[in-house]
Amino acid sequence: MIVRISGEGQFSIDDAATAELNRLDSELEAAVNRNDEAAFTAALHGLLDQVRARGSALAADTLEPSDLILPPEDASMDEVREMLTEEGLIPG
Amino acid sequence: MISARSRGLMAAKMSMKGTAARMGVMKRVSLVFKAKANKALDKMEDPRETLDYSYQRQLELLTKVRRGVADVATSRKRVELQMNQLQQQSNKLEDQARKALGMGREDLARGALERKASAQGQLNDLQVQYAQLQGEEEKLTVASQRLQAKVDAFRTRKETIKATYTAAEAQTRINEAFTGISEEMGDVGMAIQRAEDKTAQMQARAGAIDELMASGALDDAVGGQRDDIQSELDMMSASSDVENELSRLKGEITAAAPKQLEGGANGNSQGAQAPQAGAQAPQGPAQPASIPAADRPAEPQDGEG
Repeated sequence: MIVRISGEGQFSIDDAATAELNRLDSELEAAVNRNDEAAFTAALHGLLDQVRARGSALAADTLEPSDLILPPEDASMDEVREMLTEEGLIPG
Repeated sequence: MISARSRGLMAAKMSMKGTAARMGVMKRVSLVFKAKANKALDKMEDPRETLDYSYQRQLELLTKVRRGVADVATSRKRVELQMNQLQQQSNKLEDQARKALGMGREDLARGALERKASAQGQLNDLQVQYAQLQGEEEKLTVASQRLQAKVDAFRTRKETIKATYTAAEAQTRINEAFTGISEEMGDVGMAIQRAEDKTAQMQARAGAIDELMASGALDDAVGGQRDDIQSELDMMSASSDVENELSRLKGEITAAAPKQLEGGANGNSQGAQAPQAGAQAPQGPAQPASIPAADRPAEPQDGEG
């Protein structure tokens, strides 16, 4: 499975890590729904740390699309909400 | 994901909405990225056309991200310049405080130290901004290197696909390469946007600090008239120079006086000598006439300055 941390790069992660990533991702989403910025930041950092720890960075010249994409480390909750809309932060 | 891609943008959007509740943030963000890629792919009649079009856009984005790096570097240098100015100001104000204390003027010293604290506060704020800009600059630099590597890989892939495959065969391979590179382009585009936003915020704050410095709120001797602390120190040291000069002159006079008195005692000029020494102050008004050569050229200069 390939996971991208936005602004940082792509990582290849063993599928065995999926459960843990999904658990952290649920926390992240719950924090967004509760509008809890502190919990959001903690969950985001936890998720990114997990990807970095369990994944190995892909070469820069790979053209593989990612299966999952994570917001950048310093993203605010509002930015993530915007990323989730069609007109949001992602240009194109 | 592959099925969502082949069904195009609407499908991706619908599946995004329909399953949002159990999909989490990761999946939804990647769906938005893919929807953008699909939108661009759907516009192309001949899939091979996509390759050249996308490659042009990649080169444009490379130029843009490099310009972004340069813009952030410019902002960083401006903040650096302001930090240097504020540091000099702060040093000067401390120096003034020290001088004021040396002259027994605690009130002036306190005023200088208050301004120094204000300058120091601005300086601390700028240090945080400087670190942030440095971080953005590094991120964009790495992003431009990564994009360059992907653009090079894409160019190679593009030539292979065009040379080897028919339009029908090329479709799948083009989709793969295109989705991979569009994801990177979306990500780099977002990084540029975020860096621009941060830089704009900091430029506004840097402008505010420029105004603050221009207003003289943190001023030092360079500020001229505005700097009352420096001018009072100048006045005090100037008046102490005057006092020193006065006592030096007095010393010369008292050293010379006995000789003149002795000479007077020996000669007949006793009557003329005494009024001359005693009448120095009363004769004041007449002095301009008697010391014109030395003083006159200096007076107009003082007036102009």
